Amino acid sequence: MTTAPPKVPQGAPVASDRLDERLQAREGLSGWVQSWIDRFRGGDLGLLPVIVGIVVIWTTFQILNPIFLSSANLVNLTLESVATGVIALGIVFVLLLGEIDLSVGSVSGLSAATVATLFVVKGFPAPVAIAASIGVGVVVGLIYTLMFNRFGVPSFVISLAGLLAFLGVQLWLLGEQGSINLPFDSGLVRFAQISFMPDAVSYVLVLVAVAAVFASGFYNAKARRDKGLSAPSTNGLLIKSGALLVGLGVATWYLNRDRGVGWMFVFFLVLIVISNYMLTRTKWGRSIFAVGGNAEAARRSGINVNRVYAWGFVVCSVLASVGGILAAARLGSATPATGTGDVNLNAIAAAVIGGTSLFGGRGSAWAALVGIIVITSITSGLTLLNLSSGYRFMVTGAVLLLAVALDSVARRSRASHGKG
Amino acid sequence: MTAPATDSPTTQRPKVGTELLALRGVTKHFGAVAALTGIDLTVHAGEVVALVGDNGAGKSTLVKVLAGVHAADSGTISFEGQDVRIHSPADAQDLGIATVYQDLALCENLNVVENLFLGQELRPARLDDVSMEVKAWELLRQLSAKIPTVRIPVASLSGGQRQTVAIARSLLGAPKIIILDEPTAALGVAQTAEVLNLVERLRENGHGVIMISHNMADVLAVADTVAVLRLGRNNGFFTVGDVSIEQIIAAITGATDNAVTQRASRRDPATPETEAPPDATTDSTRDATTDAGESDDTASARDDSSSNPTALTSEKE
Ligand SMILES: Nc1ncnc2c1ncn2[C@@H]1O[C@H](COP(=O)(O)OP(=O)(O)O)[C@@H](O)[C@H]1O
Ligand SMILES: [Mg+2]
Repeated sequence: MTTAPPKVPQGAPVASDRLDERLQAREGLSGWVQSWIDRFRGGDLGLLPVIVGIVVIWTTFQILNPIFLSSANLVNLTLESVATGVIALGIVFVLLLGEIDLSVGSVSGLSAATVATLFVVKGFPAPVAIAASIGVGVVVGLIYTLMFNRFGVPSFVISLAGLLAFLGVQLWLLGEQGSINLPFDSGLVRFAQISFMPDAVSYVLVLVAVAAVFASGFYNAKARRDKGLSAPSTNGLLIKSGALLVGLGVATWYLNRDRGVGWMFVFFLVLIVISNYMLTRTKWGRSIFAVGGNAEAARRSGINVNRVYAWGFVVCSVLASVGGILAAARLGSATPATGTGDVNLNAIAAAVIGGTSLFGGRGSAWAALVGIIVITSITSGLTLLNLSSGYRFMVTGAVLLLAVALDSVARRSRASHGKG
Repeated sequence: MTAPATDSPTTQRPKVGTELLALRGVTKHFGAVAALTGIDLTVHAGEVVALVGDNGAGKSTLVKVLAGVHAADSGTISFEGQDVRIHSPADAQDLGIATVYQDLALCENLNVVENLFLGQELRPARLDDVSMEVKAWELLRQLSAKIPTVRIPVASLSGGQRQTVAIARSLLGAPKIIILDEPTAALGVAQTAEVLNLVERLRENGHGVIMISHNMADVLAVADTVAVLRLGRNNGFFTVGDVSIEQIIAAITGATDNAVTQRASRRDPATPETEAPPDATTDSTRDATTDAGESDDTASARDDSSSNPTALTSEKE
């Protein structure tokens, strides 16, 4: 196959991806800001709307009750957000595939009941109980996969059936005891309730994280320049890393004024970072976006579409199980109510509020974090105001509607800007 | 299943590389619609075969059979002399059959580089975006593509730009046969010429090319052989040079006063005109195929392979 050498214009060397004369120069800091505005106008909203949302919500609650933004309350907020946040992370995977799982609440409840039964009632060691409980998630995901791939049942219907069926199994498991308390001195409960990072460790971790962001950006830019492609400027990268350092540093310091950064929250962050890597940096993740965008095109590219759906359902159910175990640990017991009520909808709402499209193929792992922070903030703020859960449902419902409307408007805007 | 008009023209082929692909009696039904009946086709290395026929003649269906999107109901396909079964797109890729589909089959939410390398990403566990982007530019420049940036979603490209992306994608990896389903339909003048140049370059490099086109000037400009499909059947093979546009068009439309159909009807009384369903040229026949089990082939990708018993038995993975 012959290759025509790229036509490089005379004069200053131009990166080989910047040769088209219609491309407007987007260089340096102002170029960065400009391209960001372009993206936003084109309906690629990213995390911006939800971050604006968080600022509005926090300001409102802080005005209504000055305790809201106290270190103590924010530490609580981080811990309260984890269980449902992990479940929401699983929802992100199925939403990216353009599918849905309505049963994550029930699956988390079943897993909570499983871990409590095995650990407390049957006396198995905790790791065994946890592994078996996660195994429940794997099995549920595989059942959904079978129904979906083999029989072509819509995921909406499969998981609606699962919602009822697994709630049934959960109640049956807990039948005799009603609810099972986890011992307070068990590692599981300590992990979820009283394990905090030493201050020094938290600051070191912030430094390491920022250094990693900078290094990966720097080496990526260098690799691009070496191959003759345009690359973001080192100054821009420095500013970005500096801002991240200040942001994370201040947040950590603020939490450390009280109990600090919970290990459970760190665990959630690690899950998100891993998921984000898997989704954006691996062939596996790309196949998820491809199937969510155009399943037939993905199939014709040689992707085993059935297997991609299988991964989506299994990852979602497994994360629901992990969320259920964490919920039980946080509460110190598995009850018939674990995973019921608003857990299901909060998890789905968090993923959508965080910017994961219900139409498939768009979203990110970070959506689970920012989305659950919105939802937990609303819950926490209204609780501080002594308002009943009725108000909470109304406000959360309104926010969800807003997020979905934004998603739909952004989609239309993308269409009119030719970005599908 | 005999296709009478097949034999003699193939033996007259002026220059013959090794035989890459040979189809014998390939048949494909969609429910009650016989989209392909007893199709024969041979492609040699360094040969451009133009596949022509009216809308609904079955050209795209034949392409999809070769690409592993649909499994053939019966008939044999041999690749480089070996009988092969192509039951999934991965099978076709492994053999070295690359396809540019008429509907392009791109993921609108992914950018140009991601689409080009979809399913063939470099360094699966830590994607090598830089190398992929470099290679993408290389391929696109080779096609004189006018794409300002490769890091925007394909949804924001024009029809012609998308077509170029789809063609560029087929050149990735080292395909032996490249199938182009109406590759120039959405292209401008310069780009059409570029694609025709590309087809000639592919032939010079010893690739086999199957090109579908409605543009007879394009066909005669680049093809070595013309295979005509009509209502899902072979309706003549021609060697470019020995044939006029009128003859090809007559075979496409089934005009009875042309030599090919006369020969065919002399040898085989069941002419395509009388046997094939009269409405096979319209897309409305899709709606007629609603029988359970049969219509599964039309359903979305995910349940296709699982509901098709033949696909199931030999599908890899
Ligand atoms: N997936 C399908 N399901 C049912 N019928 C189909 C399908 N694909 C093609 N057909 C039918 O097969 C026939 C041939 O179509 P096609 O191969 O697309 O024709 P061409 O590409 O030559 O215009 C048409 O009658 C069409 O309606
Ligand atoms: Mg066609």
